[in-house]
Amino acid sequence: MTTKITEDATLKKYPPDLFEPTSQHEFIDDFTYRPEQSFWQDAWLGLRKNKAAIVGLCIIILVILLAIFGPFMNSHGYDEQNIARTNLPPKVPVLENISFLGLNGVDSRGVDQYKAKGISEYFWFGTDELGRDLWTRIWQGTRISLYIAFLAATIDLIIGVAYGAVSAFYGGRTDHIMQRIIEVLVGIPGLIVNILLILILKPGIISITIAMVIVGWISMARIVRAQILKLKSYEFVLASRTLGASNQRLIWKHLIPNTLGPIIVATTFTIPGAIFTEALLSFIGLGLQPPTASLGTIVNDSYKLLRIYPHGMIFSSIVISLIMISFNLLGDGLRDAFDPKTRK
Amino acid sequence: MIRYIFTRIGYMIITLFIIILLSFLLMKALPGSPFNDERLPEAQKELLYKKYGLDKPVPIQFGIYLANFVQGDLGVSFVFDNRPVTKIIQERIGASAILGFQAVTVGTLIGLLLGIIAALRHNTIIDYGATVLAVLGISIPSFVFAGFLQYWIGVKLGWLPIAFWNGFEYSILPTIALAVGVVATIARFTRIEMLEVLNQEYILTAKSKGLSNPYIITKHGIRNALIPIITIIGPLTVNTITGSLVIEKIFSIPGLGEQFVNSIITNDYQLIMGTTIFYAVLFVSVILIIDILYGFIDPRIRVTGGE
Repeated sequence: MTTKITEDATLKKYPPDLFEPTSQHEFIDDFTYRPEQSFWQDAWLGLRKNKAAIVGLCIIILVILLAIFGPFMNSHGYDEQNIARTNLPPKVPVLENISFLGLNGVDSRGVDQYKAKGISEYFWFGTDELGRDLWTRIWQGTRISLYIAFLAATIDLIIGVAYGAVSAFYGGRTDHIMQRIIEVLVGIPGLIVNILLILILKPGIISITIAMVIVGWISMARIVRAQILKLKSYEFVLASRTLGASNQRLIWKHLIPNTLGPIIVATTFTIPGAIFTEALLSFIGLGLQPPTASLGTIVNDSYKLLRIYPHGMIFSSIVISLIMISFNLLGDGLRDAFDPKTRK
Repeated sequence: MIRYIFTRIGYMIITLFIIILLSFLLMKALPGSPFNDERLPEAQKELLYKKYGLDKPVPIQFGIYLANFVQGDLGVSFVFDNRPVTKIIQERIGASAILGFQAVTVGTLIGLLLGIIAALRHNTIIDYGATVLAVLGISIPSFVFAGFLQYWIGVKLGWLPIAFWNGFEYSILPTIALAVGVVATIARFTRIEMLEVLNQEYILTAKSKGLSNPYIITKHGIRNALIPIITIIGPLTVNTITGSLVIEKIFSIPGLGEQFVNSIITNDYQLIMGTTIFYAVLFVSVILIIDILYGFIDPRIRVTGGE
């Protein structure tokens, strides 16, 4: 009661004509602020500081460019066989003069195979046991491996985000049932499902992708659900809801943008995982059928020749390892860039 | 806690049931039957079907399979003269178990050491070196490692045998190839956990109490950093077994992985199914044991029952 009296007393002390109306503008000008940064600018700033991630990103771009244009850089087709030029070691113009690089067309026994077989062309990565140009084959294979990986990652992303978002946003019984389903599925070892499915579907680009997606989306769904559950309880969501924001607006303007970081990081790690799984499946005889080649089938084919003609195995495993390393580096960098805890 | 364990076991049983159902339906979905021989007269075929219970409707066949599975019978191999699948698994599991055990123990020990040293020497050249090693170890596929180990150490230098399984020296190269991934994963995880623990305030308290550095690191640092590492042992075991499929094939080791790969190539469905289910049981039980173990160790789960 006392406050009421004092308020009245103050009001009486200051009659209304002493007040001067102000505009909203002047208030805003009181704040100091810096230029607004979009989500992507913010992430890029964080990522730029991480040298390893930038190196990874550059290698990824280079590999993608080579996968697109590499097969056209010489005149050989990826399935062009020629018995006259089987198992040629690599030979590259200019670099052939530096002997320790091993790019001078001399094989492990010290014989210049190009001279012995009377071949004047250059095969940058050498040829395989059917005389196919390995440069063309490896980049063609990279293209298919990357295609499978990106396709699997995209489908994982769509299913995972939808499942996780619905489960977390609606909560209650919906969430309960959806989580029980996940809990059962998550116990199933991925590789075993992959093998079983490919046995039914027969190896091919689509069947390998499907087999990987069947278990692959689960981790994405869990990440998205955990993130949205956490965000839902934050004050800014409550504030937005209090101001009358619709579900639609909450999901698209607040929840999804704030989940984007973990989603991108998870996708970056899905890609090397998918490339590895594909290579592993090829290695146990469930890979793509010839003449189509992926990195996995090329590693597997050239592995058989490793002891006599190591060049095929060396080049294909360098490419597959480079892809895996650079995606892992980029993923680590992105994780740090999106994580507000590591920001200074 | 007891409720928590029972829920976990419940999920484990449902998961296993789904895997068995999936593999069973796969067998039925594949064309042909085990008795495709054209010389077999119809009557004899029917007798054979009857003998193996293949004349009954599919749900009943599944029921019989389940009942047999519970009693530890996984059927017979079509390729190996009707030898029981359980027997084949028993013969093959030895080499795989030794290989897996060596890889996981050696890998975990080296990984822990590397991770702890990297954390203690944070932001020095040792730390960067360990981080680079860890990224390489995680990224480079195990079969690539295996291939080059065979080529350089086995063929070029001739130090160690590159194939078969006749004693300890035969297991060195495959163990290294399998352990690389384990070392990398453990080292990376230990480093992060150690760094986190060393920044905690109780470490500062211990320091201000005047405890010696080695005491703080071993009693307060490592002990607390190790708890979360238990959680990655599950995925690690799965990865090691997955890796062993390829490693055993590369080094021609007569283990279960090699057998599994061969059964895929020869289309020995009964054996594929048996091994699949065996692997599934193994995976699911490892994950269950780790969940329960973690529940006992982590007070947050112990008290709330994992809710």
